[in-house]
Amino acid sequence: MRLIYVCVLVWLVTACTAAAKPSLYQQLGGEVAITKLVDGLLVKIEHDPRIVHHFKDTDIARFRSKLIEQLCHISDGPCQYTGSTMQESHTGFQITAADFDRLVQHLIDVMTELHIPLDAQNELLARLAPMYKDVTYR
Amino acid sequence: MVTAIPATGRALVRLTLAVAALAIALPIQAGSKLLGTGGTSSIEGSAGGGIVPWATIAGYASSDEWSATAGYNRVLVDDFQLTTHSAAVSYDNHYELSLARQQFWIAPLQLSLEQQIIGVKVKVAGDLLYSDLPQLSVGAQFKHQQRFEVPQAVGALRQNGIDWYASVSKVYLDAIWGRNLLTNATVRLTKANQTGLLGFGSSDATQYQAVAELSAALLVRHDVAIGIEFKQKPNQLAFAREDHWKDLFVGWFINRNVSIVAGYVDLGSIAQLDDQTGFYFAIQGAY
Ligand code: HEM
Repeated sequence: MRLIYVCVLVWLVTACTAAAKPSLYQQLGGEVAITKLVDGLLVKIEHDPRIVHHFKDTDIARFRSKLIEQLCHISDGPCQYTGSTMQESHTGFQITAADFDRLVQHLIDVMTELHIPLDAQNELLARLAPMYKDVTYR
Repeated sequence: MVTAIPATGRALVRLTLAVAALAIALPIQAGSKLLGTGGTSSIEGSAGGGIVPWATIAGYASSDEWSATAGYNRVLVDDFQLTTHSAAVSYDNHYELSLARQQFWIAPLQLSLEQQIIGVKVKVAGDLLYSDLPQLSVGAQFKHQQRFEVPQAVGALRQNGIDWYASVSKVYLDAIWGRNLLTNATVRLTKANQTGLLGFGSSDATQYQAVAELSAALLVRHDVAIGIEFKQKPNQLAFAREDHWKDLFVGWFINRNVSIVAGYVDLGSIAQLDDQTGFYFAIQGAY
């Protein structure tokens, strides 16, 4: 009996904390923040001569909306990503490790400028890092 | 405590500080790697933590880039002071070449020993950040004790030695309380007595020994790491026991050009003098 009581209690506590913990999407600041994040990133890319050349033929409006969609999607927000796969969209660009590092540093800088909490930043980075192999050297 | 940095040492310190001040004032374009991912200059000149070489490659050079670093480290314990001046160049985040000059001041004897170390390191597999496989690097340190009389008098066999090591390093993103955690494990083959400061081998110990060296650092901010290190040491000189080394440190990557580290070290017993604890300080400039 005591055991059941304890189990119920534990279940309640974990269920409550799980419900109380906001999604990564919410922690990042939702649609508004993600839109600002992508716009901030576009400005950084524009001013980075070492990576901007990759985007010279890119439809920036599409890139912007797909990236917003994707960040919303991978942070468990209410969006479906409708763009190409990471492999498809980055093939032919020969994106290097240095290019990838630079984009990640820009992302961190913009998130910091937007005062996104460090734990949310790191959680997003943890979800993006495994995409490295699909994005680089293709 | 006795201070005995020779004039050239002082000039170098002033230069390092001047360069650091300049770099803080006007950040110079370094390589593309993320802040902190080159580690810092260890006491042996190789990129790492304070007393452990890591699998990380010195500086900020990412693919196809070059980087150079300069480091100044001091270990101040009760009866000894270790001062290291070092410089390293790296290419492609794969190759590292380092030079270090260590001065080991023995206060009770009022004399200092001097060791030179040439280090090479190559990243062979994995990645610090972007792959499940940790970054694996292998390296060698070619060491030469320039004042061999004292080490020889206490039983050291040789003036020169080569340390071979393999290191694995990994940053676990969002690991603890939403913070990123760096871990490193190094296995070193060595004949060195007190890392070579007291020469290499002894009449009872002519073979290589394998020792383990471990570090863990939590990035409490993007630019601040708090860490702990452990360095296993052989014990081959009959005249005195040699202990493992430990430290606690805080590192601050002020920007991509300058980082500083401060810490507490426990070097145990050195040359019959027990309980050698004290402070650690390091500054690194990177381009
Ligand atoms: C984890 C990291 C990355 C993510 C999540 C990401 C995401 C995306 C997305 C969602 C698109 C749009 C796909 C579509 O149009 O359907 C895209 C396109 C693109 N990305 Fe990335 N990307 C990453 C890294 C990089 C890096 C490092 C570079 C180079 C510096 C880069 C360069 C490009 C370019 C040039 C395009 C446009 C391709 C075109 O014009 O068709 N990406 N990326």
